[in-house]
Amino acid sequence: MLRFIAQRLLTAIPVLFVVILITFTLIRLAPGGPFDQERRVPQVVLETLNKRYNLDDPVHVQFFNYLGNLLKGDFGPSFKYPTRTVTEMISTGLPVTLELGFYALLFAMCIGIASGVVAALRPNSLQDYVPMSLAMAGICLPSFVLGPLLILIFGIGLNALPISGWNATPGDKILPAITLGAAYAAYVARLTRGGMLEVLSQDYIRTARAKGLSPLRILTHHALRGGLAPVVSFAGPAAAMLLSGSFVVETVFQVPGLGRFYLQAAFNRDYTMILGTTIFFATLIIIFNLLADILLVWLNPKLRENMLKS
Amino acid sequence: MVSLLRGSLVIRRFFLWCFLSALALLLSACGEKQESNRDWGNKNRVLFVANGEEPKGLDPHLTAGDPDRNVIVGLFEGLTKLHPKTLEPGPGVAESWTISDDGLTYIFNIRENARWSNGDPLTAHDFVWSYKRALTPTLPNEYAYMMFYFKNGEAFYTGEIDDFSEVGVKALNDYQLQLELANPTSFFLQVLDHHSFYPVHKATVLAGGDLDDPSNRWTIPETFVGNGPFTLKRWEINNVIELEKNPHFWGAEDVWLEGIHFYPITEYSVEERYFRSGKIHLTHTPQMAIEKIAVYREKNPEFLRIYPNYATYYYSINMTQKPFDDVRVRKALALSIDRKTLVEKVTKGEEVPAYTMVPPDPEGYQPKSYFSYDPELARQLLAEAGYPNGEGFPVRSVLYNTNENHKKVALAIQQMWKDTLNIDIQLENQEWKVYLNTMLNLHHDIGRTGWIADYVEPTNFFNVLIPGGGNNYTGWASPEYKALLDEINATVDIEKRYELFEKANKMIADVMPLIPLYYYSDLNLVHTSVKGWYSNVMHYHRFEGVYLEDDSE
Repeated sequence: MLRFIAQRLLTAIPVLFVVILITFTLIRLAPGGPFDQERRVPQVVLETLNKRYNLDDPVHVQFFNYLGNLLKGDFGPSFKYPTRTVTEMISTGLPVTLELGFYALLFAMCIGIASGVVAALRPNSLQDYVPMSLAMAGICLPSFVLGPLLILIFGIGLNALPISGWNATPGDKILPAITLGAAYAAYVARLTRGGMLEVLSQDYIRTARAKGLSPLRILTHHALRGGLAPVVSFAGPAAAMLLSGSFVVETVFQVPGLGRFYLQAAFNRDYTMILGTTIFFATLIIIFNLLADILLVWLNPKLRENMLKS
Repeated sequence: MVSLLRGSLVIRRFFLWCFLSALALLLSACGEKQESNRDWGNKNRVLFVANGEEPKGLDPHLTAGDPDRNVIVGLFEGLTKLHPKTLEPGPGVAESWTISDDGLTYIFNIRENARWSNGDPLTAHDFVWSYKRALTPTLPNEYAYMMFYFKNGEAFYTGEIDDFSEVGVKALNDYQLQLELANPTSFFLQVLDHHSFYPVHKATVLAGGDLDDPSNRWTIPETFVGNGPFTLKRWEINNVIELEKNPHFWGAEDVWLEGIHFYPITEYSVEERYFRSGKIHLTHTPQMAIEKIAVYREKNPEFLRIYPNYATYYYSINMTQKPFDDVRVRKALALSIDRKTLVEKVTKGEEVPAYTMVPPDPEGYQPKSYFSYDPELARQLLAEAGYPNGEGFPVRSVLYNTNENHKKVALAIQQMWKDTLNIDIQLENQEWKVYLNTMLNLHHDIGRTGWIADYVEPTNFFNVLIPGGGNNYTGWASPEYKALLDEINATVDIEKRYELFEKANKMIADVMPLIPLYYYSDLNLVHTSVKGWYSNVMHYHRFEGVYLEDDSE
């Protein structure tokens, strides 16, 4: 197991290097620089800025300088917000995005698994069609539609929930979490249904039934474990996607998370910020995928045996 | 069997845990109805403001944006202070001043009770040091050129002289500051309330880092020192900036507000929802959600504040290429746009049709219009230029940065040109920075541009067209125009200045390097509980005179 983890971590290094190289090249190729603005910055000031941030060096020198600083753990200052370092920006936004992502995932799992199981118990009946059509709608509704819709209904219409903000009023985390989690809930529901249907037709379930176990016990003790495997392998990338893809929700609900920084950085050509957040997200995605694999191995004895053999 | 049981136990626990968390989350929401920010603020003297983008920084010498300025005017105060309604310069840190007869030397008497927010006395030496910093060539201060009004200011900035004592900024004693100007500048008192002239606290700046370091962190709440009616309490990036009353401010007893919260909200629709649900008292961005204007006009006209803005929306023509090197073509384009329809049917944001680059100032210079919507003349001009009924007119395009409103305007104008002149102009949109880059290199044919004044002075607009100037996207480089601007700068007499303004205005209309389309309007939602908040052409709002009075019931 340790060898497996170590192996995966080692392959991550070249992956990260390629990510940095591509991002670095692409943002330099994009027209416009971090200090371009409508009211043009005087030439002298521009030169001062370029000199200060070493943007007047040849590009390859800049790249290796950046790599060198990165190895020291220094992401550099943000160009758009010069008094903040990229590390500082990430560490302010990250806890918020993590928390939002966690609630969204929680919501996705609870709703998704529950409705998937319900649907799988009586396939091709009303009990199947209703949650599954809802799930389809959930997948189709983009968050920039769902968000304002929920705000209109629960925030302004019923005046029951805060429409935005983060940690300012109790309950202001509910709508963003639901909006962000909805699409994933729908996905999880479909995956659960598929997994459960497959497992429920297996011999060992019939055996369990023949032994006279109660349906609930069969479900919780025997079926779920196998039926959830696809959900688990989806959970890793989903967690990473939730974190890096929350910018729409963060904008709609004014959540000061990392996603908004990421989006703004791209628009602002904030080189250091784009690189910093990209590297950070790449690392997160690698870690979450690894965690999902480990969880999968732990849940599936067959895989575990295979690994021990090899 | 053991492992199976263990697994299912984990799953069951997981479910239980999920269920409980969801329940807790829901319960926390369904408590009693929350008191809105606005009601709480009215009771506790706190103003809630939607402030557009996250400010880049709060160092008055290093910032340029409107959101930054909105906060900075609460944190600092200049020598003079504009009246919140009339924009007339009045006493600020300086309680009085004298001006020499030649208009070149100003002596300011600084209030002896002026203090920094840490209690330190604020003296003339602080201003000298601040202006020196603002003029330091290695400090990336976009507004360093504002200091060129001082005698030798430009020479110091460009390195011609190294000795700051030769620059026209001198402390006569602790409470007397003498400023000598390069030219008699009629609007100098007004300019002194621009943020680049605000003082900064020397010890604090130097403790935060180098004097010229843009990453100097002295503006974080822990160390911040200012001299305004408020001081910085909390700054959570992308979340909120909180100011609290500065007890050391010389006029603190007349400041009613105890605090101000600025929310960075970029989306106009979100901003409007904030207002509707009582989270903010007012929107501080120059625009609002256009589709909501009619709704408010009908249901809550008392919240709607509409006022002309000292800002123009125009199309810059790249005159360096055919067929736009021909003045008749440029005029034909300008004359065939029905601006009234444009603002009434397309933009719908209460804009005013524009026929001049400089907007009319209700309190000052009113430019004359030299053309109007005249399709007949436009067709004739185009025919004279060699394109009768648009025949043979090459394919050209209008460039704008990707934005729904710019697109609507461009579409309407494209159609007007087609209908009137029978020419096909393409539309091209580019992402913001790409667009800037294209315009910068004059790679556009016709480009969308806008200009918002820094202070109420027509030269602010005329300077855009300076030959080779950074914001001149037309390629027009006329030495006569430059000479005229120099003459304006050297003239003090107000009548004579107005004459010269008109000359410049006419010169622009004759050459038509740009097509004025409309003057912006300032559109704000302001709750009726907010008092002492006045609309003005500069969208300039200080907070010391603002108070809240709940008169909704």
